[in-house]
Amino acid sequence: MRWSWIPDHAGDLAMTTLEHSAIAAVAVLCGLVLALPLGVLAVRFPVLKGAVLGISGVLFTIPSLALFILLLPLTGLSYETAVLGLTVYTLVVLVRNTVEGLASVPPHVREAARAMGYGGTRTLLTVELPLALPVIMAGVRVATVMTISLVSVAGFIGHGALGQLFIDGFQRDFAVPVIAGVVITLLLALVADLALVATQHALTPWTRRGR
Amino acid sequence: MISFEAVNKKFADGTTAVRELDMEIPEGQLTVLVGSSGCGKTTTLRMINRMIDATSGKVRVDGRDVRDVNASTLRRNIGYVIQQSGLFPHRTVGDNIATVPRLLGWDRKRVRDRVVELLDTVGLARDLAGKYPHQLSGGQQQRVGVARALAADPPILLMDEPFGAVDPVVRTLLQDELLRLQDELHKTIVFVTHDIDEAVKLGDRIAIFKTGGHLVQFSTPAELLAHPADDFVADFLGSERGLKLLSLTSLADVPVEPVTSVTESTPIAEARRAGDGWFLLVTDDNRPRGWLHVDHLPADGVLTDAEPIVAAGLSGNASLLAALDATVSSPVGLAVRVDDDGRVVGVSSPQRINERAARFRAQVLVP
Repeated sequence: MRWSWIPDHAGDLAMTTLEHSAIAAVAVLCGLVLALPLGVLAVRFPVLKGAVLGISGVLFTIPSLALFILLLPLTGLSYETAVLGLTVYTLVVLVRNTVEGLASVPPHVREAARAMGYGGTRTLLTVELPLALPVIMAGVRVATVMTISLVSVAGFIGHGALGQLFIDGFQRDFAVPVIAGVVITLLLALVADLALVATQHALTPWTRRGR
Repeated sequence: MISFEAVNKKFADGTTAVRELDMEIPEGQLTVLVGSSGCGKTTTLRMINRMIDATSGKVRVDGRDVRDVNASTLRRNIGYVIQQSGLFPHRTVGDNIATVPRLLGWDRKRVRDRVVELLDTVGLARDLAGKYPHQLSGGQQQRVGVARALAADPPILLMDEPFGAVDPVVRTLLQDELLRLQDELHKTIVFVTHDIDEAVKLGDRIAIFKTGGHLVQFSTPAELLAHPADDFVADFLGSERGLKLLSLTSLADVPVEPVTSVTESTPIAEARRAGDGWFLLVTDDNRPRGWLHVDHLPADGVLTDAEPIVAAGLSGNASLLAALDATVSSPVGLAVRVDDDGRVVGVSSPQRINERAARFRAQVLVP
């Protein structure tokens, strides 16, 4: 084992880690931007609920490698393909949790908002979504951790960030980059998760216990 | 004033919640809608602020058909209190109370002042403003619910079983406070309950609904108890109608008779000479403690340590029902009377209370 490879490539590793984080973050954000309105639609119009949940579920079952290959004719071997593929995977968790979060809002609270003279949009933005936040954030955490590990798969289309280390190590029969990639991916997932927990804690002061 | 003219409400599933309702709810009074579940009382309430729209007929608030008013605008001018308070769990008590004033675009200072004022009004400590609803007891949450409904000082207050989810002790307290508030505020309150005792206690007028959405009787509590319109109403009022009627009149006109009372600091030896039977033990500032019998006194010491049969003092505001209850709970069959400061002024006998009851019955029972 030539562990010195790691300090020798510290700069590259940092850049790759950053790239990895950026791809994952953009994918989850795009997923959220799509999932929130889809979730709201599914709750508002129960007819759509089955379709929305069904489609996002079916997309999730496409093997990840196959999905990237299917996207190739559309977006080629590009960064967009990587982000698009990863976004599709986040949908299943994010849509489902948005729907469940909105459904968990107590009916009498929604009722009270109406009775105070809140319109539908104001109720959604200032009452329902904030109250659904803990469940939505739980989905964001799962989606984030999942996406951070999935980015590597995009290595097959050349945008795997830390995933490139696995390919590189495998092709050269050299384990150090692989080990470094795995450890950094794990740490990244851990840090991202902790950051999300902290964000949620800050955003939902009412869920804290104690008198 | 709120009026219903030939109002019907049919739900999509075909059930009729309200049938041909004609009713005028008087201004500045507390009107209770009462009936068993599924009788249309809540539907009736919710048609006032358009939470539900009538299938046919007209609901008017101050002469205007509510359908001609934008629903949100209408609701901002009608306070609404629901069971389990319906507070926003993600907003502090202060922000909850500030809901409607903020919707109406009040400036920050005015909103803040109003929140403090309302916390005082409903008897909550000011430092609760920063707490979240889950940090409060059920009774406190319900008070916040009332404060929130009153925030923009709406002339009308709708209350849908507001005290249904709190324990009986707190419920009694909240009922008393609602009556006190109403004494000051004179809102037009429409109050839904399934509890006839709550209706009799709170209502200036009571509307009794029957399953299927019929209004069976709409009258004052005394009229209702004295002259139930039909067997349904009589059944609903229950078997103790005569006694309930006595809860509607006060002890004020019942004569006060003298009583032998002895203060706590009296030595036992002296207390023995107070009489040959029961006497009333009072604190040194003349508040009632209870009844003691000379034969059951300890050998020596002072009366402070004695354990009397506890008797609560009744002021002139107490009902005849409470007075009768006091006489049957007392070993001498007398109700202890106190002034507004809680100091003993004498006793009333069941005979005198019954005479007053008979006169009251005569007044309300004569058709």
